[in-house]
Amino acid sequence: MSNLFDLIVIGGGPGGYVAALRASQLGMNVALVEDAQLGGVCLNWGCIPTKALLRSAEVYQSLYKLKEYGLSAENPSFDLPSVVKRSRDIAARMGRGVAHLLKKAKVKTVEGRAQLAGRSGDVHTVSVLKGGQETTRLQAPHVILATGARARQLPGLETDGKLVWGAREAMTPDMLPKRLLVIGSGAIGVEFASFYRDMGCEVTIAEVADRILVAEDAEISMQARKAFEKRGIVIHTSAKVGSLQKGDDHVSTILETPKGTVELTVDRVICAVGITGNVENLGLEQTRAQVERGHIIVDEFCRTDEPGLYAIGDVAGAPWLAHKASHEGVLCVEKISGRSPEPLHPRNIPGCTYSHPQIASVGLTEEKAKEAGYRIKVGKFPFLANGKAVALGETEGMTKTIFDAETGELLGAHMIGAEVTEMIQGYVIVRTGELTEAELSETVFPHPTISETMHESVLAAFEGALHI
Amino acid sequence: MATDILMPALSPTMKTGTLARWLKKEGDKVLSGDLLAEIETDKATMEFEAVDEGILGRILVPEGTADIPVNTPIAILVEEGEAVPEAPASVPSGEKEGGGASADKASVAAAPTSSSKESKGSGTKEERIFISPLARRLAKEHGLDIASLKGTGPNGRILKRDIEAGLKAASGQKEESTSGESVAEQAGSIERVPHSTMRKVIARRLTESKTQVPHFYVSVDIELDALLALRSKLNASLVDEGVKISVNDMMIRAVALALKKRPGLNVQFTETEMLHFSDVDIAMAVSIPDGLITPIIRKADQKTLRQISAEARDLAIRARKGKLKPEEFQGGTFSISNMGMFGVKDFAAIINPPQAAILAIAAGEKRPVIRDGEVRAATMMTATLSVDHRAIDGALGAQWLNMLRDLVQNPYSLVI
Repeated sequence: MSNLFDLIVIGGGPGGYVAALRASQLGMNVALVEDAQLGGVCLNWGCIPTKALLRSAEVYQSLYKLKEYGLSAENPSFDLPSVVKRSRDIAARMGRGVAHLLKKAKVKTVEGRAQLAGRSGDVHTVSVLKGGQETTRLQAPHVILATGARARQLPGLETDGKLVWGAREAMTPDMLPKRLLVIGSGAIGVEFASFYRDMGCEVTIAEVADRILVAEDAEISMQARKAFEKRGIVIHTSAKVGSLQKGDDHVSTILETPKGTVELTVDRVICAVGITGNVENLGLEQTRAQVERGHIIVDEFCRTDEPGLYAIGDVAGAPWLAHKASHEGVLCVEKISGRSPEPLHPRNIPGCTYSHPQIASVGLTEEKAKEAGYRIKVGKFPFLANGKAVALGETEGMTKTIFDAETGELLGAHMIGAEVTEMIQGYVIVRTGELTEAELSETVFPHPTISETMHESVLAAFEGALHI
Repeated sequence: MATDILMPALSPTMKTGTLARWLKKEGDKVLSGDLLAEIETDKATMEFEAVDEGILGRILVPEGTADIPVNTPIAILVEEGEAVPEAPASVPSGEKEGGGASADKASVAAAPTSSSKESKGSGTKEERIFISPLARRLAKEHGLDIASLKGTGPNGRILKRDIEAGLKAASGQKEESTSGESVAEQAGSIERVPHSTMRKVIARRLTESKTQVPHFYVSVDIELDALLALRSKLNASLVDEGVKISVNDMMIRAVALALKKRPGLNVQFTETEMLHFSDVDIAMAVSIPDGLITPIIRKADQKTLRQISAEARDLAIRARKGKLKPEEFQGGTFSISNMGMFGVKDFAAIINPPQAAILAIAAGEKRPVIRDGEVRAATMMTATLSVDHRAIDGALGAQWLNMLRDLVQNPYSLVI
């Protein structure tokens, strides 16, 4: 077999494997090198397995609300190993799916660590290592780096796999901690806080910013905080975590907050303070590609400064989202094949957090829209006034839309509550298709659905909502 | 009984149109032949005439609405004293087979209006302009003509950024014109004439052609004496019939025959494929007061000189009077631009997209030529062929032009 390919993809996560599939579709001969598991972090240690855990937690929690629905069950309980096993089984199943897709697409998958080993003319050479030994060499005119990212480690708060967990330990717990401290309140921190709270832990969140979910709209962030606190999660914002005093089976620390210091002893700590790109040991030093603050610098078509070398997904920088990686994979490959793909527009990339309640958004927050100088119109509609939400018993939530008052452009949409992660795409289409409030107002939303709040929110921004 | 007035198809290829202006208000009495509205396509503005009598009961489509599909109800005509229905009775186009039935119902007829509103025959299909709602609104707010914009979205869809780029370009032009204006105002005289639709179309299409079509030029000198001699004989024999063949008629015939013999020039380039035409449809540029128009002599290769002459004369006269029907100036597979009557030595013409070639014919004049080592006088004419190099390579253009020269210099095949 020849080792010369049209394209080599390094990394088999949602960026890399999708890039490989698209390239194969476009008639390229593709090799994909993966060191660990196909599907990457997303599928094995991120998006998918956490959704499985959160579903168990949601179902378990609903058992405590059976009375509201006129139902009853005695002594709800759970078996932690089974909950974790379900999550792992699902991840494994999806991983097999990716392997099958790649095989069907005739993508050559190579196990091992890949390293760039120089370019002669137009052809890059990639060396594949296993246990430090080179096992094979591959060549191609185009190489896509899709090596992903890992949790950022802060000095003094390093994960140790026992008392201080990273995401991986947090989704395969061998015991349920009675008391848990979550450091960081981005999507990952909040999802774990939500899961462990639903499973019955005492959860404290420590966030260094002045509010949780700092990327989200301030009002949504405030609503989320209220909802979490109502469920018993203790939240400290503008909080600095002191050094961790580790005991045999517990950790003590001091939180410095504006309201004073808080002494805290917990059984486990989850550290979720951002991520950093996997840029090391790729052989980048011998290329013109530039690395800055843990990610590779690329242009709008994911090209690095080295001819024929590309980077997509987490390793190419924020936002660290699987769908961003996949999309970049596709557009990068299309550009390579001579097509004219549309670059990604950051304001059109949705973000989702699968906590309870869920949070989803696209575009600018109210604050950012004002900062950017827009004259805006804001519409809001609470789930409490939506028939379907009431029928479901999910009245906690809100849909908020922000429009450019002059042009009717939807600048941003922010949702919190049940199923909002499934609904946000409606607003993403509005952004991508450049629809305005006029088309949104004219759109018939099905009744009864929670999506009606998406309609009412738009009406509220202009001539007034009807059902409130 | 209430009748729907439907968006008319003002040309065979028209799919959508813009309702530029209503010439009647709701409640106005309408007589047969009254002008109801002005409808704009991307090439022309046409007046829209009522056939039936009645009262204009309800206007369904406001002025300025663009991209209205043909056969969409745009108004309701009622009889005097009759209640006006809320909604049109007919189903919009596309959902119903047989546009004929709808057209009957429309009770209206459309005719091209004065020539000044006609645009240059172009041969492009009437195409729907793809534009996002946000871009459309921005364009409207800023009074930007969307037909003049190039979209950068999927399949050329016009997006917000294209409007912003258009506005930037427009403001650049404005600055230029303001600086020009200050000079002009000092000079004390400047007349501002807003562009006619035709001027806008000419500007847009020729800019498009010159910037997007790689032009290649090739020229040849053609001796006309044999052709002129033949023409004199023909006209002498036809004098009783009142027929007078012009050099232009003979050139149309010669070009048609050359295209038939070497059809490599009778083509169009598209992004994905080359279109080869079996018919030779010659478009001839005719200058008219407000610009120019290119009426078409269809299947010119199958027509006799006499037919071509009669047809060319009729088309030119009606073109100058603005009486051409859209199908008479839309389409065409090859253009001829003749400026012989202006005494010019030579010139190069801009290709009329989507066509791939145009022949520029200059004046015939006595020039010294060398024949058999001796200088003598001959009537010479320079012809310059402009070709779209994407579709036609240089050698082919040159060979074709040589063939044309042979046909003109040995003109008997023109009458056989």
